[in-house]
Amino acid sequence: MSLASTAGLALSSLARLITGAQGHWKGCPPMAEQRIYFANHQSHFDWVLIWAALPRELRAQTRPIAARDYWTSSPLKGWLTRAVFNAIYVSRTRSSPDEDPLEPLVEALRNGDSLVIFPEGTRSIKGEPQAFKAGLYHLAEQFPEVRLIPTWIDNVQRVMPKGEIVPVPILCTVTFGAPIQLKADEDKRAFLERARAAVLACRPGAAEVSTAAP
Amino acid sequence: MMNPIQWLKSLDSSGQVALLFIILFGALMLLSLTSFVLQLRARHRGLSQDDDRPGETDSHLDSTLWGDAPLTLAPRRRGLRHELGFLWGGASLFWAAWVSGPLGATLLFGVLSFLALREFITLMHTRRADHRGLILAFFVILPLQYTLTGLRQFDLFSVLIPVYAFLAIPVVSALADDPARFLERNAKIQWGIMVCVYGLSHAPALLLLDFPGFRGRGAFLLFFLVMVVSCGQLAQLVASRRLRRRPVARRISRSFSMRAWWIGTLTAALVGALLYWITPFKVGQALVMAFIAAGAGSFGTLVMKALKRDAGVRYWGNRSSITGAVGLLDRIAVLCFAAPVFFHSVRWYFKLAL
Repeated sequence: MSLASTAGLALSSLARLITGAQGHWKGCPPMAEQRIYFANHQSHFDWVLIWAALPRELRAQTRPIAARDYWTSSPLKGWLTRAVFNAIYVSRTRSSPDEDPLEPLVEALRNGDSLVIFPEGTRSIKGEPQAFKAGLYHLAEQFPEVRLIPTWIDNVQRVMPKGEIVPVPILCTVTFGAPIQLKADEDKRAFLERARAAVLACRPGAAEVSTAAP
Repeated sequence: MMNPIQWLKSLDSSGQVALLFIILFGALMLLSLTSFVLQLRARHRGLSQDDDRPGETDSHLDSTLWGDAPLTLAPRRRGLRHELGFLWGGASLFWAAWVSGPLGATLLFGVLSFLALREFITLMHTRRADHRGLILAFFVILPLQYTLTGLRQFDLFSVLIPVYAFLAIPVVSALADDPARFLERNAKIQWGIMVCVYGLSHAPALLLLDFPGFRGRGAFLLFFLVMVVSCGQLAQLVASRRLRRRPVARRISRSFSMRAWWIGTLTAALVGALLYWITPFKVGQALVMAFIAAGAGSFGTLVMKALKRDAGVRYWGNRSSITGAVGLLDRIAVLCFAAPVFFHSVRWYFKLAL
């Protein structure tokens, strides 16, 4: 076993010890098909949680997206994102006006990889996710055969609030919902709103209230 | 030829404990085998019943065979199998604790405590300002308490959490500069540590407790406690199913009635009296000790149910999709309440100078 895969295993074990990282496959089973998981974003820990909740066989081909300027700034960060997580780097600033920031993602999808994206673009701490950015729509338009899986990460903001270094052991769950698809005559705004609602619907307890009976 | 009593007496304490575990695992094996045979027979009967109905169409036969029959049989039997699995897990845990000595026992229960506290804190919606207090609870107080257990420092062990942690946590919390619901937040953390760490740490402490003339046989005490408490729980379960009494606290538990509590606890006391010979107690003492432990444990489950209701979890066990309702807390609630009460009663009654 290489150093990178050992580090990956150690990280996912740590995530499991601290948060449980339980994956609830509510709307779809875990499968080796091409997928885009899109999730709410509350903490730096989010990606590790999704990654730890995936079955080990799926981890290698499921890739996160990392901001190039931040995640290549030190050798450790670079090694972590490149060797351990096999991340896709994107630039936050365009070097030329006609550069497409989605280009690296499109390339990865052409290669058959699965992606995890956080369409809010930034971390939100209000509980409800902010409006989604358009990237998800463009990817859905270009790759209609890739399954879009709404994902809700619960509780992670309590594990490590902004500005703290030591995580508190608190259980988190990752709930995967039923796949959605871009409809034929759906415009960008409606699709993004629907995608956001699908993520919200995965929230634990959202369905429980109506269906539960003791 | 040696007669069995003489042979038993000739064994040293670790030999006797080993024998205890052999008997325990043997009994479990027997139970599992019985359940397996029953299951086979039920399936067989299901088959022959289907054969007795020649008029049925094939498709219907299929559905009774693969669909309905296992489903109608399922709930109670699945419950039983689940319960059996839990018993196996518990027995193996105690065996591992005994085999690995003081260090292993404290480590094992320390991990259990960690998992229980994690579940508890998840259900209590803590705020951002509680962060430092929680770190103190998880990474300082918990290891310290179990270190004291392993070192048999039972005097400091008894007061570390009720005295020192009780005062330290509000201090850390106050330093975080958030006055909102200050008392409530601290009470939650404090109570969680009390139950999940303090209460549970008394189980390995029992293993390490030395009676004069009862050295190295703490496993019998723990076995006595677990046996008595689980018999009490079982009797109470059966009683509450049969009796259908009006529940005392129906918004918390629909099955808990005082009469069932009395039946369970008295059964436990009786079992305790029957088991007096594995403990340093006399018959009467064993009866009272068992009564106290089982009564406390049974109330403990009620309290934990109230707590889960408060947190919005409707189910008991691992059947809810609410984050944090894993079901470990439900399992060890009895022990968390019974162990400290039992431990301190024993120590107080026998005036153990430790």
